[in-house]
Amino acid sequence: MRKNLNVIAAYSIMMVLILMVGIFQSWNIALSIFNLCLISAVMTMGANIQWGYAGLINFGIMGYTALGGLAAVLISVDPVQEAWRAGGFDILMSLWLIVVMVLVIRFILKRFEKSKIRTYSIAAIIISGILLIRFSAEPGIEAIEAVDPAKTGFLGGFGLPIIFSWIVGALFAGGLAFIVGKVALGLRADYLAIATLLISEIVIAIIKHEDWLTRGVKNVIGLKRPAPYEVDLQTTDWFIKLVEKFNVGKLSVIENLADRQAALNQLVIEGSSVFVKLCYSGLFLVVVIILLILTQKALYSPWGRMMRAIRDNEEAANAMGKNVVKQHLLIFILGSAIVGIAGAMLVTQDGLFTPGSYRPMRYTFLIWVMVIVGGSGNNFGAILGGFVVWFLWIEAAPISLFLINFFTAGIPETNALKAHLIESVPYFRFLLMGLGLLFIMRYRPKGILPEKIEIK
Amino acid sequence: MDFVNAIILLLNYIFIPALTYGSQLALGAIFVTLIYGILRFANFATGDMMSFGTMATILFTWYFQSLGVSLGVLPTALLAIPFGIIFMIFYMLLIDKFVFKYYRNQKSPPVQFAMVSIGVMFVTQAVVRIIIGPGDRRFFDGEKFIIKAREFKEMTGLNEGLALKSTQVITIFVTIVLVSLLFWFLNRTKTGKSMKAYSDNEDLALLSGIDPKKIVLVTWVIAGILATIGGALYGLDKSFKPFTYFNNMLPIFAAAIVGGIGNPFGAFLGGYVIAFSEILLTYAYKKFFMYVLPESMEPNSLVQLLSTDYKFAVSFSILVIVLIYRPSGIFKGKVL
Repeated sequence: MRKNLNVIAAYSIMMVLILMVGIFQSWNIALSIFNLCLISAVMTMGANIQWGYAGLINFGIMGYTALGGLAAVLISVDPVQEAWRAGGFDILMSLWLIVVMVLVIRFILKRFEKSKIRTYSIAAIIISGILLIRFSAEPGIEAIEAVDPAKTGFLGGFGLPIIFSWIVGALFAGGLAFIVGKVALGLRADYLAIATLLISEIVIAIIKHEDWLTRGVKNVIGLKRPAPYEVDLQTTDWFIKLVEKFNVGKLSVIENLADRQAALNQLVIEGSSVFVKLCYSGLFLVVVIILLILTQKALYSPWGRMMRAIRDNEEAANAMGKNVVKQHLLIFILGSAIVGIAGAMLVTQDGLFTPGSYRPMRYTFLIWVMVIVGGSGNNFGAILGGFVVWFLWIEAAPISLFLINFFTAGIPETNALKAHLIESVPYFRFLLMGLGLLFIMRYRPKGILPEKIEIK
Repeated sequence: MDFVNAIILLLNYIFIPALTYGSQLALGAIFVTLIYGILRFANFATGDMMSFGTMATILFTWYFQSLGVSLGVLPTALLAIPFGIIFMIFYMLLIDKFVFKYYRNQKSPPVQFAMVSIGVMFVTQAVVRIIIGPGDRRFFDGEKFIIKAREFKEMTGLNEGLALKSTQVITIFVTIVLVSLLFWFLNRTKTGKSMKAYSDNEDLALLSGIDPKKIVLVTWVIAGILATIGGALYGLDKSFKPFTYFNNMLPIFAAAIVGGIGNPFGAFLGGYVIAFSEILLTYAYKKFFMYVLPESMEPNSLVQLLSTDYKFAVSFSILVIVLIYRPSGIFKGKVL
């Protein structure tokens, strides 16, 4: 108990902060911050596995998040029959072509010795394959995108419950991580950072512009929900009774029956959105707890010890007979898969998929700030980092507005400098993040909750 | 005649834009490569530092415009660039003193430097957005075209017009002058040579009495000049928007690595490699083939290898391929 005191203290402070937002601003805001904190926590756990356990630097978090989101679309949207009829065949043919291409390349790699001719012939196969696919898929893609472009214009998905996409998102992200890992993991740390960053940009470019698959920048809206809809709740009897029960004190003060009914209606509307957010919180909390248990178990298992050994001294671990390359690949896949889950969760919560919103600042660098600030190598630290940083990211604007008003209280409202500062309040969050990161790196390089390894 | 038309078409839509864009990338790439070679880290704040320098230039441009100072046909920004550079160097030295110096003294691993540079990136981004806002700014004034497409058509009687913007000429001219000065400095002066020595082998350089503080100072000064001019030229040619500058960091990194990181000449060429491949692969050649081929063979599709949406993806793919097959870059890295 004693040694975990700082963990408990840090988490209690965080909870109090969120509760304060609930009391002073509104419960709706508090819960939406809490939900996104949970999603951020899942992302940081993924990044922490890679960076904290194994020392692998992955700046491609954005790409895996987006793939998770794509999974949510492909799983939950109903298939667009017309589009399948229009161009499904061409798309399937192209898929076959890709499979054939990969098999041919594998065959060449196996059969022939490494030589210049082999490299060039593989390059030729890839280039001609891409051209062939482009020309064979073109009519199909055009036909699909022409099917009611304002509403669909894409193939749609499988029409399954969206919850499944959390697993499929992990598989997608893991699959991409397998390819990226095979290609890039041999690189030096900073090259790996740049390579993963650029690969994630490529992934986003593909998601943005392949309209037949993802609707691209036209966005997919109105995804299915695992939670009830507000509108349905507002007309459900048991829910109205529940709200009434919670607010008995408030309602009994009002004498007039009509007024009381109006007040109740207002409470039901507010309550419904809080209730929906609570449902999401419950779901997300389950995911976070399961992942936390798994990652904690892994950290203290022989496998976790091996990963730390590899991180701290690769050559020594190699000499002890550990397969460093294989373990790096494995951990790269695992971490990315967790990020993929978070991406699917994010889209599930929003109910929409907007490829244009995936930007490296928000989905890669911010997550890294979370990991570094929270404490890399320590799962509780990483989760805390997700909470603290996301909380500050959202609350930075009100805080800085308050500070500006406080310090410029003597200056009249019409002052140009004051007006300019108040106008640029949203950008103080970048300043806060940057300074936070710099201070933590300088004065507490291991994060708020540093890594602590107990030998049991 | 058709053949000449085809050539003009390619000049107008591929060669000149790619040369301009490549020059802008090249300046940024040399900046990245210098920092990497001498200070030994990948600077993720590159794009934002460039936007800071451009912002300073824009502010001075506005100041001069309000005073009524102008260069006539040339943009006022050219007058403001030196002041922008001074501002930029001051900011960089400030950051170096308060942030990077500590880690240099600690001999921290490059990864830690990269992380710190992300902190700097956030701060710089905030400063730029707070001072000038996130919006699109145009600060170009003076004569816009040297040759207009219509005038060219009338002059030569060709079907295809050739438009030459003054910013394109300025960009290419300034880049050539700046880069030749830089290479002269690196190869012929004592300080330049000691910088090379420092980049090559730090311990040996220190043993032979090279002052590391001076090297670091000179590096930041050169970096400030490159960042400001590169950023300002890009802003003049297109427009200034902080987010675009952040995004430009990626092709700049690609250029630096493709050229062999740590090698300024490689970075210089890498900029053009990236720019040309981006534009060559995403250009629709339909019109070109209509001029070159006989009428019966005219293509009915756009003859475009990749859609323009994948412009960035092209440079990144080149980078990934280079990283896998030749991590030291096309022109062998780490020899400043």
